[in-house]
Amino acid sequence: MIFAVNFWQPFTYEFFRNGLLIATLAGALCGLIGVFVVLRGMSYIGHGLSHAVFGGAALAAVLNMSYFLGAGLWGLASGLMIGRVARKRIIGADAAIGVITTASFAMGLALQARFGQAKRSIDAVLFGNVLGVFTGDILAVAGVGILSVVVVVTLYRRLLFATFDPEVAGVSGVNVPGMEAILMVLLSATILVTVRVIGVLLISALLVLPAVTARLLTNSFGRMLWLSPVLGAIFGGVGMYVSWYADVPSGAVIILAGTLVFIVVYSAVGVRRRGRVAGMDHHSPSLRTA
Amino acid sequence: MKPSAMNSSGNTFPAPLLTCEHLSCTYGNGTVIEGVDLRVHAGEFVGIVGPSGSGKTTLLKAMLGSIKASHGSVTRSAGLRFAYVPQLETVDWNFPVTVGEVVGMSRPQKSWWPGSSPSERQAIEEVLERLRLGGLIHRHIRELSGGQQQRVFLARALIQKPDVLILDEPTAGIDVTTRHEILHVLADLNEGPPQGDGIAIVLTTHDLNGLAAHLPRLVCFNRTVIADGTPSEVLQPYFLERTFGAPMEVLQHGGMPVVLEQGGGELRLRLSRKGAS
Repeated sequence: MIFAVNFWQPFTYEFFRNGLLIATLAGALCGLIGVFVVLRGMSYIGHGLSHAVFGGAALAAVLNMSYFLGAGLWGLASGLMIGRVARKRIIGADAAIGVITTASFAMGLALQARFGQAKRSIDAVLFGNVLGVFTGDILAVAGVGILSVVVVVTLYRRLLFATFDPEVAGVSGVNVPGMEAILMVLLSATILVTVRVIGVLLISALLVLPAVTARLLTNSFGRMLWLSPVLGAIFGGVGMYVSWYADVPSGAVIILAGTLVFIVVYSAVGVRRRGRVAGMDHHSPSLRTA
Repeated sequence: MKPSAMNSSGNTFPAPLLTCEHLSCTYGNGTVIEGVDLRVHAGEFVGIVGPSGSGKTTLLKAMLGSIKASHGSVTRSAGLRFAYVPQLETVDWNFPVTVGEVVGMSRPQKSWWPGSSPSERQAIEEVLERLRLGGLIHRHIRELSGGQQQRVFLARALIQKPDVLILDEPTAGIDVTTRHEILHVLADLNEGPPQGDGIAIVLTTHDLNGLAAHLPRLVCFNRTVIADGTPSEVLQPYFLERTFGAPMEVLQHGGMPVVLEQGGGELRLRLSRKGAS
C-alpha cells in the first residue's frame, strides 16, 4: 500500500507527467529511426548531427532566436556541408563529419562558456532536461514521430530494398538517393526534437540501443521495425521514472536502463544465436547437402 | 563465328532486347571496358567468360544502366523488364531479413500498407515452391545452404517477371552439386513455353568447364569482346589465350570442349620428380 502510494506520487506533478510522456515518445521515435541508423551504419552521422545541433542551439540561445529555427537551420547546413565534402571523395565521410560537427560543437562550448550563466538552455541541450519541457516540445516530438511512422509505413518496401541491397534496388526502379535523403531528413528531425530531452552526449546511444536489442530478438526486418520503438519507449518511460527516485539526470538513467536490458537480452539470446549463426555459416560444408 | 543476329538454332530474331554499341565505361581513373559490341535477343542464354578484373561485372552494370557509358550506348527494347541477381558475396548475411521479405521487397508497394496482399502472398509462395524453397519463407537468409541462398535471390528476380535475367558469377564459391542445381534451374527458366518461361539469360563466369562449356552462346571477354559464338567456336586456344593471358589447350570429351591450362603437365612432372628425389 505504501509502495502503491509511492508509485503514483510523482504523477501528481504536471512537469513529471510531461517529462514521462516526452521521454516515452522520444524513446519510441529514436527506436524507429534507430533501426535504419544501425542497419545502414549511420550511427556516426547521428553522433555528428547531434553535436552540430548543439552549436546551432547555443547560437540560437545567444541570439534569442527560437531553438528549433536556429538549431534546425544549423543542423541542415552541417548536413549539406558533410555531403559536399564527402562527395569529393578526397576526404572520407567520417573525417568530414569529424571536422564539421566537432567545430560546431566547439563553437557551442565557447558560446556556453561566454554566455552560459545567462543562457541555461544551452546546458539543457548538452545533458538533456526532461523536466523543463513545454507543450511545444511534446508536440514537436509527436509530430516528427507521426511523420516518421507515415513515411516508414508507406515507403516500407523501398526503404528496405534500398537499405539491404542498394545496387539491385537501383536497377529495380527504386530511387536509392531519394530514400537516403528521406532517411537523413528524418534522422536530423529526430535529433533536433529529442536532443533537449536526452542530451547531445547521450542521443546517439538512444538511437542505437533499442535497435540492437531488437536485432538480437528477431531475424525479421518487419518485426524489428515495431520491436525497436516499443523497446525505446520502455527505456524512455522506465528511465524517466527511475530518475525521479534516483535523483540523476533522466538522459543518463534512460541510457543505463537500455544498456541493462541490452546486456540481459545479449546474455540470454546471444549464446543461442551465436551458436546457431556459427552453425549456419554459408561457408560451412555440412550444410551443402540441402 | 556466326553473325550475332542469329541464335544457336539459326533463327533470325526481330529487334534485340539489349544492344551494346561501341560501349566504353570509365570507372575511377581508368577505362574498364572499351568498344563493346554485343546483342542479346529474346530467349537467348549467354555466358560471358573472362578472368577476374576483366570488366565482366562492369559490362553487366552498364547493361542494367547502373553505370553510365563514357562512349557508345546501351539500348534496351521498349518496356524491357530485367532483373539482376548479384554475386552472393556482396550480400550482407547479417541483415535481419527473412526469405519472404527478400522476395517481397522487389514488388512495388501498391497501397499505403506494406504487408503483402493475398495475391502477392500467393505469387511469393508459388515462386518459392517452384525454386524448391517451399516452407522456408520465415527463415533468416543465413540459415540456408549455399544453393538455397542463390535460389532466394533468383526468386527475388523472378517475381519481377523479367524478360532478361542478368546474373553475376552465379556459381562462384559454390560446390559441384549446387552448381548443377543452379544450372538446371536456369535452363528451365530459359526454355520456351509451355515447360519454361523463355527468359533470356546473361551471366558471367570464370568457370570454363563447369559452366561455360554447357551454354549455347559464349562471349570471351577481357575489356572488350574477343570472341562470340557457340562453345566449340569460341573455346579455341587462340581466343582463350587472348582472354586469359595464358596458353590453354582444348580437348574434346563426349562432344564437349574441355579447356586445360597449358604447362599443367610440365608442372606435374616437376612436382613428381621432386617427390621422387
